[in-house]
Amino acid sequence: MQENKRSVDWDRLEAKPEFRALLGRKASFIIKATIFFMAYYLALPILVGYAPDLMKKKVFGEVNIAYLFALSQFFMAWIMAFVYVRVASRWDREAAAVIADVK
Amino acid sequence: MFTGFVALTLLITFWAAKRNTGASAYFAAGRNITGWQNGLAVAGDYMSAASFLGISGMICFSGYDGFMYSVGFLVAYITVLLIVAEPLRNAGKYTMADLLAYRLSPRPVRAMASLSTLTVSTFYMIAQMVGAGVIIERLIGLSFAPAVIGVGVLMLVYVVFGGMLATTWVQIIKALLLMAGAILLSYLVLQYHHFSLAGFFDAVSKADYAGTAEPKNLLEPGLKFGVAVAGKWGPLDLVSLGLGLVLGTAGLPHILVRFYTVPDAKTARSSVVWAMAIIGIFYIMTTFFGFGAATILKKALILTETGAPNPNMVAPILAQELGGELFFAFISAVAFATILAVVAGLTMSASASFAHDFYSNVLHHGKENRPGAEVKVARITAFIVGAVSIGIAIYLGPAVNAAFLVGLAFAVAASANLPVIIFSVFWKRFNTTGAVAGLVTGLVSAIVLILLSPNGLFGKAGAPFPLENPGIVSIPLGFLAAYLGTILTPRDLEAEAKFSELTVRAHTGLGAEKATHH
Repeated sequence: MQENKRSVDWDRLEAKPEFRALLGRKASFIIKATIFFMAYYLALPILVGYAPDLMKKKVFGEVNIAYLFALSQFFMAWIMAFVYVRVASRWDREAAAVIADVK
Repeated sequence: MFTGFVALTLLITFWAAKRNTGASAYFAAGRNITGWQNGLAVAGDYMSAASFLGISGMICFSGYDGFMYSVGFLVAYITVLLIVAEPLRNAGKYTMADLLAYRLSPRPVRAMASLSTLTVSTFYMIAQMVGAGVIIERLIGLSFAPAVIGVGVLMLVYVVFGGMLATTWVQIIKALLLMAGAILLSYLVLQYHHFSLAGFFDAVSKADYAGTAEPKNLLEPGLKFGVAVAGKWGPLDLVSLGLGLVLGTAGLPHILVRFYTVPDAKTARSSVVWAMAIIGIFYIMTTFFGFGAATILKKALILTETGAPNPNMVAPILAQELGGELFFAFISAVAFATILAVVAGLTMSASASFAHDFYSNVLHHGKENRPGAEVKVARITAFIVGAVSIGIAIYLGPAVNAAFLVGLAFAVAASANLPVIIFSVFWKRFNTTGAVAGLVTGLVSAIVLILLSPNGLFGKAGAPFPLENPGIVSIPLGFLAAYLGTILTPRDLEAEAKFSELTVRAHTGLGAEKATHH
């Protein structure tokens, strides 16, 4: 770590246009994804807490909206993870290109 | 079965102890853990006794509202995946504070981060110890104090001798055992309902505890947090709980340190995905053994001698009812393994933080006086942390509400740790004052609000703060303090200059700590 600190010009790497562009895309994805999953997740306790009658409506047999919405959170999380992993592996390649000349 | 598990884990500890050469091996298992292994270990570290026993009990008694915990525990991992895991792995070494100290003034930041880590770990650990004591008391008839001491001593053996490598393998084995137990338990519940999902949900909607109680619809929300039960603050408490769960996990020190055990950020990412698969399947299965228990078990079986609900015993007794003594022993052994694994992980992260952050970096300015001193201090700290938690757990006794302590740990983690982690990675202007202000405010506000809550000092009626879960107030306070602390003090040009280095490191992995090869 010590020799890395001396030999790598971090400012130059950070200022590279392709690195800035990568950071921009990453930030944009992470912010959008975070807003989406927080909104989707918090909708559950808010609706369950403040609109219990709506959530108690039955859909299949005894299974109600509340349970289905809760169950959908699991799938939302898995899909989100799947999408993130796909996008992130593209970022990995771009990041590797940014530091290719110092490695 | 207990003996088998203990013997196996001690064997692993012995094997790991021989491979523990140096700090990276001790604190981070040499960074050689693979993605699926770490995923299992994260799951094993996370699915504590509170979640296996506590949640099955909570769903059995409070139905849908208990299931809300299951949902929050999984969704929380998106926060870990998107925001925390990769930068942490790329920029840190052994503890959460490494990331913060990267560009901020190390001594105050490390001292505070270490304090918050020790606080979270100790609360969490006391909760596990109390749970362990209660379960072992019921299961093998050992009384509370010796049971707690027994668990504590075993856990110390893993941590002190085996370090992170032994802890990791204890967690992996435990995760596999827990999944096997949960699958079998769910299978037996479905078998009881003749493998008909419709029949199962139908029974849950008229759950009557095998005819020993008034039927109630456990699928309907509101049995714990509804206005009718919890008063007008109930729904807000539910939202606050959700916020604490979903943001707290990404600040739990024992989960964060797990990402240092893998070779790179890509593996850290894949281990979160593995963990999410396992944790998600597990918590979906709480549907079967949590709700199912309410249709199968007689009420008398799951009450304490004084007639109060005994949520911790629901899963083991369900196993006994459906699978007989052998399955009961298996589920009990799983519960026991669960507690050991989580407690070992907590002790590991607490001792790593004290030795690495406080001893090496605060007291000795980052210079190791004698080689191996840091590991030695960590082992001594593990011993002290273990002894203190054992002492407090015995002092508090079996009656203390374990879920209350876990809630406190999540609230502190979300309010104190998460804001400073996010700001230090994503906000250039962030400075030392902001970090210390965020950590202190998050820590203090979460603890004070819990003390003022209905679970705190003033009891249910006189509580000045109406919510049981402080997250909705303390998390914004933590962020606000970190923000104000930064903008109200002069810019720290040195920290801003190092931001480009941190950014490049965090996003490319350049210069990250490498795996050591044996």
